Amino acid sequence: MNDKLYKILLLATALAMPIVCGGVVYALVTDAYEAFEHFGFFNFLTSSEWSYTEGAEQYGALPFITGTLTTTLLALLFCIPFSLPVALFVGEYFKDTKAASVLGAATDLLAGIPSIIYGLWGFYTLRPLLMALNISPQGSGILTASLVLAIMIVPYAASLSAEFIKMVPSDLKESAYSLGATRAEVIRTVVFPVAGPGIFTSYILAAGRALGETMTVTMLIGNTNTIPHTITSTGNSMASIIANQFGEADDLRLSSLIAIGLILFLMTACINLIGKIMIKNARIE
Amino acid sequence: MNREKKKIRNRQAKDKALLWAVCLLAALTSVPLLAILGEVLLRGYDQLSWSFLTEPTPTAYRAMKAIEAGEPIAGGIANGIVGTMLMLGMAAAAAIPTGILCGAFLAENAKSRFAQIVSYLTDLLQGTPSVIIGIVVYIWVVVPMKGYSAIAGSAALCIMMLPLIVRSAEETLKILPASLKEAGLALGGNSARVTLKVQLPAALGGIFTGVLLAVSRVIGETAPLMFTALGCSFIRFAIDKPISAVPLLIWEFFNDPNLQELIWGASLFLLLFVLILNLTAKQLAKKWKQ
Repeated sequence: MNDKLYKILLLATALAMPIVCGGVVYALVTDAYEAFEHFGFFNFLTSSEWSYTEGAEQYGALPFITGTLTTTLLALLFCIPFSLPVALFVGEYFKDTKAASVLGAATDLLAGIPSIIYGLWGFYTLRPLLMALNISPQGSGILTASLVLAIMIVPYAASLSAEFIKMVPSDLKESAYSLGATRAEVIRTVVFPVAGPGIFTSYILAAGRALGETMTVTMLIGNTNTIPHTITSTGNSMASIIANQFGEADDLRLSSLIAIGLILFLMTACINLIGKIMIKNARIE
Repeated sequence: MNREKKKIRNRQAKDKALLWAVCLLAALTSVPLLAILGEVLLRGYDQLSWSFLTEPTPTAYRAMKAIEAGEPIAGGIANGIVGTMLMLGMAAAAAIPTGILCGAFLAENAKSRFAQIVSYLTDLLQGTPSVIIGIVVYIWVVVPMKGYSAIAGSAALCIMMLPLIVRSAEETLKILPASLKEAGLALGGNSARVTLKVQLPAALGGIFTGVLLAVSRVIGETAPLMFTALGCSFIRFAIDKPISAVPLLIWEFFNDPNLQELIWGASLFLLLFVLILNLTAKQLAKKWKQ
């Protein structure tokens, strides 16, 4: 093949990325414009009204922003006590052993399960369990969704943290051992301070996953368009309101849903950008 | 002296406690995996049969009649399987060549400003929630075509596969030894020939693994298909009409009380498909790395 032609072909395919991303932003912005124009940008963000009675339509994103943020934060909180031990197990205690590769493979499989199946499991197994334990009266709600989200993001948080824990130079650890430190003390005084920024970043990126998770949350959050007051109350996240109402919406409601999509897109884009910058700085030399 | 000893014992006890806590909590993480696999397997295995895989979904009315008569619901998920395969095929046909060439571009021009922007956009697209891809394809494809279609569904799947394939192609090409490329160039091949005839064949295993992982990632996607492919209750091969997919069928069964019996068979099929793809890819990756 002609060298020049090949260069042009490569450049053309590389242009696919900017074109697709540009198309995403352009489509979201132009179609969300109507809602922002009608309600005002800040009013749309801070209004908690979502009613589609004809003539008095009123849409605001606040309940869904709250829903997304609470489910994401709770999921992070629930996932730490499991993902951190997995990361220590794979990256420090049993580094490069059979046990570590088995656990690593198991968490990888967990990451491969489709989100709709997580939703089914949450709905048919976890929800009755929470009801039987009297934790949540109606079963579905913020708490149920967060618990399943937490399971879904454990693999992402754990595998990335494990990479950073593995990177801690062994001469640092050995000098602590030579001073008489136990393994627990080495982890507390050497591994965590050195790998800390990387571990933190892996949780940021895991949060980015949880923000946009759609089907699981739609099936478990209860789907009410109000601001949740307790962690067991029902609500809706930005992704779940879109999944629920996009098919039946038109005109102003459609535009409002796309506006919510735009906000969600910007949130995940920011988190990914922050994560990417932080990961560069967290590299252990 | 006694106090010193106590202190040391205390520290050793803490050390042991941490080890046990780590092992216990790490082991607990595999409980959800086993619980999910177990539940889908136990509730779904007696539904999976030849007719389940070859017959289209029954209507809610027929399912209701069957339930009233106390018979098992006849019918299956063939319409979903056909739709999934058709859309995946079209998506892969578009995403694989584009992704590989884009990855080759990134691997060759790693230092250029444009490549860095493309690389960031790849990450951005990979992190974009699938439901948003669904909205965008709805705006760009469904609205101009005045209807839901298999084309729209495969466009959504294609956009989701693209960044995964780009990344795997880039990484694989980057870890090839530089001497391979240099040898090709020294023999007088231009860079097009060297990439297409030397580097890509050498990287084939790694790229194939990436493609399998990308397919297993998008095959279970439901949200983007809801606004693009919509669903359809009979087997159809037309690409400009609404079409079904296995995850869409699970969502339909979930929402229709008459069809709930069929959820687990469909889920088991999807789960087996995803996990087999996943495990094959991992196994191939291991072989390729050696």
